[in-house]
Amino acid sequence: MSPKTASGTVTLAKALNMGLRRAMERDPKVVLIGEDIGKLGGVFRVTDGLQKDFGDARVIDSPLAESGIIGAAVGLALRGYRPVCEIQFDGFVFPAYDQITTQVAKLHARSLGKVRMPMVIRIPFGGGIGAVEHHSESPESLFAHTAGLRVVACSNPVDGYWMIQQAIESDDPVVFFEPKRRYWDKAELDETPAADRRPLDRAAVVRPGTDLTLAALGPMVRTCLDAARAAQEEGRSLEVIDLRTVSPLDVDTVAASVERTGRLVVVHEAPVFFGLGAELAAQITDRCFYRLEAPVGRVGGFHTPYPPSRIEEVYLPDLDRVLDGVDRAFDH
Amino acid sequence: MRNVTTRTPARSRRAARGAADEQSAPPPGADGDGLELVQLLSTEGERIAHPDYPLEVSPEEARSLYRDLVLVRRVDTEGTALQRQGELGLWASLLGQEAAQVGSGRAMRPGDFAFPTYREHGVAWCRDVPPVNLLGMFRGVNNGGWDPAEKNFNLYTIVIGSQTLHAVGYAMGMQRDGSDDAVIAYFGDGASSQGDVNESFVFAASYNAPVVFYCQNNQWAISEPTERQSRVPLYRRASGFGFPGIRVDGNDVFACLAVTRAALERARTGNGPSLIEAYTYRMGAHTTSDDPTRYRGNDEVELWRARDPIERLRKYLVREGAADDAFFAEIDEEADRLAAEVRAACLALPDPDPLSMFDFAYAEPHHQVAAEREQLSAYLAGFGDEEADR
Repeated sequence: MSPKTASGTVTLAKALNMGLRRAMERDPKVVLIGEDIGKLGGVFRVTDGLQKDFGDARVIDSPLAESGIIGAAVGLALRGYRPVCEIQFDGFVFPAYDQITTQVAKLHARSLGKVRMPMVIRIPFGGGIGAVEHHSESPESLFAHTAGLRVVACSNPVDGYWMIQQAIESDDPVVFFEPKRRYWDKAELDETPAADRRPLDRAAVVRPGTDLTLAALGPMVRTCLDAARAAQEEGRSLEVIDLRTVSPLDVDTVAASVERTGRLVVVHEAPVFFGLGAELAAQITDRCFYRLEAPVGRVGGFHTPYPPSRIEEVYLPDLDRVLDGVDRAFDH
Repeated sequence: MRNVTTRTPARSRRAARGAADEQSAPPPGADGDGLELVQLLSTEGERIAHPDYPLEVSPEEARSLYRDLVLVRRVDTEGTALQRQGELGLWASLLGQEAAQVGSGRAMRPGDFAFPTYREHGVAWCRDVPPVNLLGMFRGVNNGGWDPAEKNFNLYTIVIGSQTLHAVGYAMGMQRDGSDDAVIAYFGDGASSQGDVNESFVFAASYNAPVVFYCQNNQWAISEPTERQSRVPLYRRASGFGFPGIRVDGNDVFACLAVTRAALERARTGNGPSLIEAYTYRMGAHTTSDDPTRYRGNDEVELWRARDPIERLRKYLVREGAADDAFFAEIDEEADRLAAEVRAACLALPDPDPLSMFDFAYAEPHHQVAAEREQLSAYLAGFGDEEADR
């Protein structure tokens, strides 16, 4: 298969598919398990064609039971495999929450380091696709609060391609969030391996700026880039950070940025209450207290159940809400 | 609701087979509910023939099983004593379940893999796991700490039923490796209600995984009787999932050995999973924190005491002339020596270094953990200076 599409660009879904394929080619111990990932190729087609090429022993259509998927993957990992689990939608991960938090996250510690859990748990997350209930949530904080799990979110095709491979190579379990409304975003993908590839536990400054830092996760990165372009027209220079990783949280990169800009607004779809923004606000206040020109701002979801789709655009941060958060930081 | 403290005494179905006397009635469930129960050794120590399980046991093998049972019980008793004396925070006693564990444990081959709950001290013994390894978590110096791959014995799992899915996944890995080994998933009657256990049945059936589900029905899930978990005998659950289920007298080490061997053989020859319900009894408390007198009567306990797994094998050995008083005395002495060793090893377990809590949070470096470790280290070092100043 050609590494690029005819247009030279790939979608995020395709980039993830290509990344999975590379990982499976490289290591015969990589197995995929999840619902509808075989013939169908996953409901978002991220595993399209992989069962055909690697067989049903390596691309395993599972019974419809999320705890079963993760629990069976624990056993596969104990046997020396590197399972990549697909949870079909964010809101369906909770039947597996027990296995993930009490078993997957803790087996390395429980065994005093003798057991490793090189497992990836892929979860399409976030809203904006007009879905029914339980199909639009952003539960990253619920996993970040459990030691033993790495929690990451890609935001674009290039990161999707590399990060999924890095996650599979990690000897720690990685909860890998994929922004489902960005699955069809396209980008140029160069598959040439680079020695200086950004590690999985580092954020990226994706747009430099001087006046304020926007730190965003997953689907909000594009929203923040749009906001930064709009702000530029108003004469404000916003730096945008793609956080990429929630656990560990790359506070160094954010703090270095805030030392330059003096202002920080954190943007994510998950509820603001007890969220990623709260943790960053605390840590940045701790490290950049005398550099901050304004309190750390947070723009995100509300402390409500995820609303019905006809009003989700009010719940989800968009360009205007991000700019409103930016205004508040400047007005302080 | 059935009154669990007034179980109907069972009639012997062995009378119908003309196998043995009426005195040694099999446990309730044998024919109390008209159901099959595999028994190869009566409570009076008589061998019972079974058409499907023609077990040949040499005198040496029988003595060896007796030794296992006695040593396992002695280590368990020491565990309870250590808890009572404040040396363990908790102990989960296997008292009464020795035959269910040793029988199944001795049915395994070295390449087979066991997924225990937190009470499988007898299985651990059969897998050559040093008893002191089991004490770490109960003493609070670690949460397990052993390498499952060393003896093919997974870490104890406290959350009820979780390990049955791990067992199936492991068995799926064996399938992919082309191995002819098999897995045993241990769980209890209470766990049979857990979603994970039911999901593990579905997965195992769907993939024809080489796994034996071994349910020790010890009649009580802390205070809740098996009737609270199931309207049907537990082994019958299997048929709904599409694989065979069988009930074995869990206090009969021969029966447990034979039935488990057959189930493992079935698994390793590609015939898929099966469920064994080892019908037994938890003679002691759920754990040392439990008070069973609040929920069950002594008459029931006494009924089961008469079915003691060790006593019946002892009677068999005497009846067969396979062991004499000197042998029994020797085993008792060995048991006491082992208990003393276990006690000494327990007391010698060092408390972990406080900073060790950070050591294995992750396999690879994690900056949050590194930063917190540094902070705590500096904080603790401050106390060290104070000590030095005094």
